[in-house]
Amino acid sequence: MSEPSASAGIDLHARQVRRFRLQDMFFHHSTQLFAFVVLASLVGILVSLAIEAWPSLKAFGPAFLWTDVWSVPDDRFGALAAIYGTVTTSVLALLIAVPISFGIALFLTETCPVWLRRPLGTAIELLAGIPSIVYGIWGLFVFAPLFAEYIQPPLQALLGDVPVIGGWFSGPPIGVGILAASIVLALMIIPFIASVMRDVFETVPHVLKESAYGVGCTTWEVVRNIVLPFTRVGVIGGIMLGLGRALGETMAVTFVIGNANRINGSLFAPGTSIASTLANEFGEADPGLHISSLFALGLVLFVITFVVLAISRWLISRSMGSEGL
Amino acid sequence: MMSLYTRRIWLNRIGITLSMLAMSLGLIALLWILWTLFSRGFAVLSWDLFTQDTPAPSSEGGGLRNAIVGSGLILLFSMLISTPIGILAGIYLAEFGRVSKFASFTRFMTDIMLSAPSIVIGLFVYALFVTTTGGFSGWAGSLALALIAIPVVVRTTENMLKLVPTSLREAAFAVGAPRWKVSLKVTLRAVKSGVVTGVLLAMARITGETAPLLFTALNNQFFSANMAKPMANLPVVIFQFALSPYDNWVNLAWSGALLIALLVLAVNIGVRVVFRNKDKH
Repeated sequence: MSEPSASAGIDLHARQVRRFRLQDMFFHHSTQLFAFVVLASLVGILVSLAIEAWPSLKAFGPAFLWTDVWSVPDDRFGALAAIYGTVTTSVLALLIAVPISFGIALFLTETCPVWLRRPLGTAIELLAGIPSIVYGIWGLFVFAPLFAEYIQPPLQALLGDVPVIGGWFSGPPIGVGILAASIVLALMIIPFIASVMRDVFETVPHVLKESAYGVGCTTWEVVRNIVLPFTRVGVIGGIMLGLGRALGETMAVTFVIGNANRINGSLFAPGTSIASTLANEFGEADPGLHISSLFALGLVLFVITFVVLAISRWLISRSMGSEGL
Repeated sequence: MMSLYTRRIWLNRIGITLSMLAMSLGLIALLWILWTLFSRGFAVLSWDLFTQDTPAPSSEGGGLRNAIVGSGLILLFSMLISTPIGILAGIYLAEFGRVSKFASFTRFMTDIMLSAPSIVIGLFVYALFVTTTGGFSGWAGSLALALIAIPVVVRTTENMLKLVPTSLREAAFAVGAPRWKVSLKVTLRAVKSGVVTGVLLAMARITGETAPLLFTALNNQFFSANMAKPMANLPVVIFQFALSPYDNWVNLAWSGALLIALLVLAVNIGVRVVFRNKDKH
């Protein structure tokens, strides 16, 4: 170098910039790689389940989905009983949880004194934080016996003779069963639905609500005619989120559903769900068709929850996006 | 005939009363579950729980030492896997992925992973890891739990980073800092406590996860600190003991459930208290 004093500084600077640019590129792509890991694990779940389920899907074909047979000795498997249990418990849980969650969200956003909002909101969130195995052990030892003694007999006396729905409440009141599982599930998903509802209720512009109050609406009318129509999409998203949670819930259901691999018309009867069948049988499954059929069950569960959760996320993000409209 | 005005008032009163009932139902459920846990869990709580291993069927005494140590090890390694992956992926989404299609797709999928059935993740790790490495192991359990924790860390990191004002980034860029330095030493440092919260909440979330451990870490009747072998852990021990016909086992299951619930609730309440104090300043 002939002129060290002047160009050395520029060289040094250019080198520095080049080095920074390289480092930045490296940083950008390595963080992108980690984001890709998340994506890859999702695709990996789908692919690996499909591969492991293949022998069973080949042996039973699409009829796997609507065959009510689960016989390990005969090596014949069908998913209907498990799908029935999963869908019935989840839908019943929603029927119970949605009105209650709506009430909680309404209370927290409209009527609750401001100083109580935070502690009560936290209490509901804590309900979501309790591990599902705790719900399970509570459901089995505390809730189910009380349910069998104090709730099932009156329910049977009241509705057992009504045509059509009477059959739902027939059979011995033993506590554990489809209905008990639905109630415990409902308790578990209430906090999820309630917090989504609360969050979307809070996106309603104050001006809208204040004008309704201004023309003399009651709180109930404001919620029915202003808040609910405004947040409809997000509310449905929250309900779908709860459904997605309920469909895949394992431990709480395994404890209280009774684990009987058959379809019984009564809601008092023990049943099974996809997740509880997996939890009970996978550990001791025979290699071959049995384990492959369990993977097929897992695949069915994953696909159903994926679709439900995708719809839910799409609706929620659309609703939250309209904030400040 | 009731006047329209009276009917509207009554309708409102009924609605409000029902919403209060719903709220108290939620609170009663929380208190009921906690009360059961405390009364049944504390009745059998003793030092033996931490100094003795899980007992044989229909024998007296014993504790949960092997399960507590096993759970601790599995949790430790799953957090060591998920924390860096989650934070870096979160940085990508917040700093580089504001407008990219790939990032919004990843964000969407991460949200789905947040609620994906955990038992399916157990199946995945079984197919991918347990069958290829020759058996159930503590590592497989850590991997399954890490997959559940990652989305939680990703989303909290991203949400926290989004709160950092752009002016702070611009100030750092203006003095010539490269992007990686701005991300790691300015913005990430600004939201350090938020990210720690996310990591703690992720840990709380996986502490009680049972389903993914059933076919990965399995269980072990004896004390073992070998991550390459099946490992005792609290959730699976609770599951097996609670459904057993032995009173001693059922009691141990209750104290195990109490331990897990205490840890989870302490983390959940702790981060909220710390955060509220931060807000005030």
